[in-house]
Amino acid sequence: MRLLLLILLSTFWLQSLSRNITVAPNSSVNTLTKGLSIASNGDTITVKSGTYKDGNTVVTKSVTIIGEGNVIFDGEDKYEILTISASGVVIKNITFNSAGYSALKDFAAIKIIDASKVIIESNRINNAYFAIHVSNSSSVTIRNNTLFGTPKSEQLTGNGIHLWKCNNALIENNRCTGYRDGIYFEFVGNSVIRNNWSEKNLRYGLHFMFSNDDSYFGNTFKNNGAGVAVMYSKRVKMENNHFQENWGPSAYGLLLKDIADSHINGNTFLKNTVGIHMEGSSRIDIQKNIFKSNGWAVKIQASCDDNNFHQNNFIGNSFDVGTNGTMVLNKFDNNYWDKYEGYDLNKDGIGDVPYHPVSLYSMIIEQNPSTLMLFRSFTVQLLDKAEKMIPGATPENLIDNKPLMKSLKL
Amino acid sequence: MLKLSRYVLYDIVRSKIIIAYTLFLFLVSFSLFQLEENESKAILSLLNIILIVLPLVSIVFSTIHYYNSYEFIELMLSQPLSRKRILLSEFFGVAMSLSGAFFVGVGIPVLIFSFNSVGLSLLFTGVMLTIIFASLAFLASVLSRDKAKGIGVTLLLWFYFTLIYDGLVLMILFSFSDYPLEKIIPVLSALNPVDLGRIFIMLKMDVSALMGVTSAMYQDFFGSFIGVLFTVGVMALWAIIPLRFALLVFNKKDI
Repeated sequence: MRLLLLILLSTFWLQSLSRNITVAPNSSVNTLTKGLSIASNGDTITVKSGTYKDGNTVVTKSVTIIGEGNVIFDGEDKYEILTISASGVVIKNITFNSAGYSALKDFAAIKIIDASKVIIESNRINNAYFAIHVSNSSSVTIRNNTLFGTPKSEQLTGNGIHLWKCNNALIENNRCTGYRDGIYFEFVGNSVIRNNWSEKNLRYGLHFMFSNDDSYFGNTFKNNGAGVAVMYSKRVKMENNHFQENWGPSAYGLLLKDIADSHINGNTFLKNTVGIHMEGSSRIDIQKNIFKSNGWAVKIQASCDDNNFHQNNFIGNSFDVGTNGTMVLNKFDNNYWDKYEGYDLNKDGIGDVPYHPVSLYSMIIEQNPSTLMLFRSFTVQLLDKAEKMIPGATPENLIDNKPLMKSLKL
Repeated sequence: MLKLSRYVLYDIVRSKIIIAYTLFLFLVSFSLFQLEENESKAILSLLNIILIVLPLVSIVFSTIHYYNSYEFIELMLSQPLSRKRILLSEFFGVAMSLSGAFFVGVGIPVLIFSFNSVGLSLLFTGVMLTIIFASLAFLASVLSRDKAKGIGVTLLLWFYFTLIYDGLVLMILFSFSDYPLEKIIPVLSALNPVDLGRIFIMLKMDVSALMGVTSAMYQDFFGSFIGVLFTVGVMALWAIIPLRFALLVFNKKDI
């Protein structure tokens, strides 16, 4: 009992130690730098509303920085605004405008280096080179931020949320528009990305490189230059995301390159040029996804093996599956294909004739794109029908042996 | 002229074939929308009807109508009416009844079940193809006096536009695949109203796939305002030019 009292008292004492420092435009402490200089670890700095043009501010103490009202930190297109290299820093409710651009350094509105347990919450970042740049940090939380950029070219624009060599990060409820990659992960492990909205970015909505054991769910990736790319990673979980309207000659809803042992569950792929493009990927479980109105629902290169597509809905796609070879090491079973024309005599809901998702014409178009002119013409339909009867050019083994008669309720 | 067209229309409706055709179209499109789980599949089946059945019915019906009303035309020629006016009234009567049948038979189900850009482009293409093939039919039937020959020629025309032409194009696209063929695709498609109509619908239906083609030529050209203008213009030309020739021949013809 006495010990408990002691602990309780000591926490009160500790709490009373942490001071509250106020930064306001017309007071003696009129910049964040001044505020930081008199602060010590554990303090809270409240910034009153106003515009602050203070160049670059380096945070080396574990402080909580909270904006009150309309707080704007302006980088005047010259400076990196906030550099954080202390652990336990919290940045909340602040607007960052016009961070500078540098070809040599990756200037960012908020940069976090060698820190842990940093929380970036409810901020707004307009027109930065990189919006939030995190490197070599752990347990960083980035939540409820709105990142808005004016994209120039791919070289002159940075990423919205950029993580390099991090672990246990949580990226949640952010909105990212107009950067190069909405969210970029390189050498990031055990992290979660959820409920973010990434739209109209120049390159990818989400870009994964060499990042193992991560998961992302409930995100929406819409109308990005090339969709979402997941490359050279293992054990990635992708669930309940929306991949939407990623259009262009090399745009994909989801691009998988050298991915292994991953799960793709419950996602919706709507109106993409290619729903999923797979290259050199192995042991991926693709289940309960909806592929709707895509150009190609799935393009699977012959370099993929042991991938399992089951219980997916393929509805209204121009082409269901495209491939570049006759080698098939992947399984397609128990999917619903709206183009399936077979019958079900024993009424068990599974078609009695296997379905060939690769049409002859999708292979012809792959070789000679201008033949798209004849797509859906009577001649082409005859060709496709003939090929379905006697497969010659299309891979014979790429079949769904148990196609569903009715679409799945997903 | 309107009066004469009205007689022609009345005559066509009385023959009941057009009513049967309307019913057929209505039943087929209605049941397609009812049967299929999603409307995009129904639209796809409708597309086939519009690209194959519609031109066939249009061209054959117009030809038969022309030959059947030959005596009526002769009678009218004995009246103080210009030849141009007589043939045009015949044409408008036929074209109006056929596109009316299409509009009721396919248009109503489409407007009910799939009132969007795909449905509307489908209707536009259907009406245009009906008129174009009626116009082609008039040219073919004016050229020959023999009914069997006339019908034979129209069937051949239908066969050419729906099947043979596409085969030829496929051949061209493959034998010259090393050349930048994207540039001649508008030309190739302009030479066949069925292809033009199909591409017009495809732009709405398969927009995601079309964006994937290396040059994105389809979206850039056919999808732009100029492209739409081009499609509409060329289709109008396909309706006007054969009719114009038919008029020329009919004016000089020894009836």
